[in-house]
Amino acid sequence: MKKTRTEGTWEAKAGLARMLKGGVIMDVVTPEQAELAQNSGAVAVMALERVPADIRAQGGVARMSDPDMIKSIQQIVNIPVMAKCRIGHFVEAQILEAMNIDYIDESEVLTPADEKNHVYKFDFKVPFICGATNLGEALRRIGEGAAMIRTKGEAGTGNVVEAVRHARSVLGSIRKLKVTPPEELMTIAKEMGAPYDLVKYVHENGCLPVVNFAAGGVATPADAALMMQLGMDGVFVGSGIFKSGNPEKRARAIVEAVSRFNDPEILAEVSRNLGEAMVGINISTLPDEERMADRGW
Amino acid sequence: MQSVGVLALQGGVAEHATILRKLNFNVIEIRTPDVLDYISALFLPGGESTTLLFLMNRWGLTEQIQRMGENGFPIFGTCAGAVLLSSSISEMEHEIRQESLHLADVKAIRNYFGRQTRSFIEDLSIQGLEDTFRGVFIRAPLLQPLSERVDVLSSVDDGPVLVRQDNLWLSSFHPELTSDDRLHRLFLERSGLLSREE
Repeated sequence: MKKTRTEGTWEAKAGLARMLKGGVIMDVVTPEQAELAQNSGAVAVMALERVPADIRAQGGVARMSDPDMIKSIQQIVNIPVMAKCRIGHFVEAQILEAMNIDYIDESEVLTPADEKNHVYKFDFKVPFICGATNLGEALRRIGEGAAMIRTKGEAGTGNVVEAVRHARSVLGSIRKLKVTPPEELMTIAKEMGAPYDLVKYVHENGCLPVVNFAAGGVATPADAALMMQLGMDGVFVGSGIFKSGNPEKRARAIVEAVSRFNDPEILAEVSRNLGEAMVGINISTLPDEERMADRGW
Repeated sequence: MQSVGVLALQGGVAEHATILRKLNFNVIEIRTPDVLDYISALFLPGGESTTLLFLMNRWGLTEQIQRMGENGFPIFGTCAGAVLLSSSISEMEHEIRQESLHLADVKAIRNYFGRQTRSFIEDLSIQGLEDTFRGVFIRAPLLQPLSERVDVLSSVDDGPVLVRQDNLWLSSFHPELTSDDRLHRLFLERSGLLSREE
């Protein structure tokens, strides 16, 4: 029998995200942090030069990280390594693919490179994750080839309120779509600006065709469990771990909380004595131009 | 109705549960040791093996599952689950020292085929199944038998990807990511939990 092997298929791309479910993906800026994340039970790490809180504080154009920095993290950990490219910057994406990164986050945390178009993600063997604030946005990204979706939240604030807003918006729209009569689907697709076949998929299956994680502002085990109880498949923690008083303890506690998110007694136990959480920013004091969630469309 | 457990700490839990429910089993999600007494077989899903091991230790599951596996209890590990069942673990790019349940005489070589861009789909011939099975390999391990107690049920050009040691079944690939229930069925039949379909 002739054996045929195909790489980079949709099944393989979306399949990896399925294997990350119930897990915590941590932002790391050094090999030491990456190793600590792996030892604390992270399912993957996001390699970047600056965590969102520092990008916010320092300002300027935020770009893809230095390949050497990403490589130094790939050399240390054996869990999947993700990295970010700017929205629409398909050459940064090509570079990350050439570096054998495991997942690309086309991220609003970096400064967008294209104000109209995102990367055409079907051109790549490497899978992409994209942020979304509502169902229409999520389905547009999936329509362009994203194999995993996350809430945008408001990265680098340590404030979970925007992640909750986005999660409720996406999941609430899915619940509504499930009971919508089929003759209304085309109009909904038009209003959402989403591909009709994906709207129909959600109506028929009651879920997105890809895994959906929480991101942006998760800072405590309780935040993480909240996102899981709302119905998210897993959690990204950016600045929340390494901007806190005791990163190792907090990292473990968040992993533990996500694995037992429905058990308040366990949540009480793992939340104890974690040291200081990151300070956090009140979103309503954030000027519009500093809101990352408004980037991308 | 018989109950089958799926280790539910992280990974492709719902996918295994969906297939098992279609086969008319009651599915118990395993997060704590107290429910292990109620199941007749256990699935260890795909996920990250380092995470799964961390959480199994944290929630006190490791020793009891180890004991069950030693005493002939049917356990099927897919991908990361197979890594957990293996007695020896190495990795392609990195020197690693990773613990496991040390149950099957198998050396699991993690990420054998490379990183995610090398993840692949390949049709497999499997001993016990008539037609080919769609193998979904995601950052998959290779499973090298270390003793004659281990039977190889399927291989790709690189080596074994489905092996069995008595009550323990290990696959490099993810049968739970297909809608094909034949491999789950084969394992449950051979474990005496399902009668063969005519």
